[in-house]
Amino acid sequence: MNYSGLKIFWEGLTGNKGWNKVWKEPTPKKEYDIIIIGGGGHGLSTAYYLSNKFNVNNVAVLEKGWLGSGNIGRNTTIIRSNYLLPENQPFYEFSLKLWENLENDTNYNSMVSQRGVLNLFHSDGQRDAFVRRGNSMILSGADANLLNDVELKELCPYLDFENARFPIKGALLQKRGGTVRHDAVAWGYARGADAKGVDIIQNCEVDGFIIKNGKCIGVETNKGVIKAKKIASCVAGSSGKLMSKAGIRLPIESHVLQAFVSEGLKPILDNVITFGAGHFYVSQSDKGGLVFGGDIDGYNSYAQRGNLPVVEDVCEGGMAIMPMIGRARLLRMWGGIMDMSMDGSPFIDKTHIKGLYFNGGWCYGGFKATPASGYCYAHLLAKDEPHPVAEDYKLDRFLKGKIIDEKGQGAQPNLH
Amino acid sequence: MFIINCPYCGEREQSEFKAGGEAHIVRPKQPTELSDDEWAEYLFMRKNIKGVQFERWVHTHGCRKWFNVVRDTSNDVIKAVYKMGEKPPTK
Repeated sequence: MNYSGLKIFWEGLTGNKGWNKVWKEPTPKKEYDIIIIGGGGHGLSTAYYLSNKFNVNNVAVLEKGWLGSGNIGRNTTIIRSNYLLPENQPFYEFSLKLWENLENDTNYNSMVSQRGVLNLFHSDGQRDAFVRRGNSMILSGADANLLNDVELKELCPYLDFENARFPIKGALLQKRGGTVRHDAVAWGYARGADAKGVDIIQNCEVDGFIIKNGKCIGVETNKGVIKAKKIASCVAGSSGKLMSKAGIRLPIESHVLQAFVSEGLKPILDNVITFGAGHFYVSQSDKGGLVFGGDIDGYNSYAQRGNLPVVEDVCEGGMAIMPMIGRARLLRMWGGIMDMSMDGSPFIDKTHIKGLYFNGGWCYGGFKATPASGYCYAHLLAKDEPHPVAEDYKLDRFLKGKIIDEKGQGAQPNLH
Repeated sequence: MFIINCPYCGEREQSEFKAGGEAHIVRPKQPTELSDDEWAEYLFMRKNIKGVQFERWVHTHGCRKWFNVVRDTSNDVIKAVYKMGEKPPTK
């Protein structure tokens, strides 16, 4: 069933009786070509691109909870491609291009809104760094504009330009960046994959891998043994837990990251503002709530809840640049579990066990990468060689000293 | 927020402490004789356990001493604390 304006109009007139289920609820087959573990954003986009771009349809997605119940359902929905390093920027620009065509590709309204992403700077040194970053973005084919304080004042007059500690001197603007309706991303990909014959199996938890002679040939689940030629782990947040079942240790720690939503307000913020120096970023959802977040809590944890000191820190960051939000009330807050890799960059790679593939380590930047992560993972699974924009996201980069440290902060998860 | 019982100072709020990651990773005696794989294994690879984990914390805004904590990472409940060099509790 194709969605269109005409269809909505017709259904509105005829009592909305013609809408069908968007995906099936299949029982697992005995064997597949590819099993994707994890029915979140990245797993579903992998399934979507496998079936729609690489013509691999005998695929199952195994999800331990309900579809999209991981970090795709609990993030701050920002998309951007404003990276510096040559290993990262082409990948994220590829992702942004896929976002721009996502709704046409999937025929699903994922509310991609290119409202612009601003990175504030506060000193000459920081401006120089942002000029360099902007040039790196332009070299990859992305857009970047440097705004001085006068130009920024026209855009965001409410910012505290005279802040004593972090006076705002301007911003790096990426106009093509913005936000996306995060749940709709999962639903759109699931619908597109399901339509091509992918089995999306919910409430199916993987308990172990079946490994014979160094080759992974299937998984043990609470719905029985399912075999496959290739098994693809895609469970960022729980990568350590899952891969330990195959005896694999990873350069990853799981950490909790909190996000926040204020009560609904009238439209005040028509772009995304990031205040890196104070660990705060914010946008306004279409419902009116300010959606914002900050840093990880800083210790290895799988508990999906955070702590009050970080709440205080994030709100202080907000007050420092936008004093006008001081009287808005916090409506809700939650914690999600991040795969924090040692250098702050992700992995899309084979493992040393034949037939077992790994996608993870997305730190707190996984959402914007969803389309490219799925596309490149699908490329790797279908062709057994990495996609050119993701060829540096290898598991062995720590053995070879090829660390991708975007922030230049060193090799510890709680530094990134 | 949770309370950590520093073995030197007693119970203090978690915000006084900083996490130092997995404990009991032994530094290789002869780093020069290791292969790149073994060195990376020591430096970067982690168990990242969901469940009871032995880990290091430092009382940054207190006595500034390092010590070990046994914590369940699935719910952040602390089971025990013990000093550096002491044997980890067995239960």
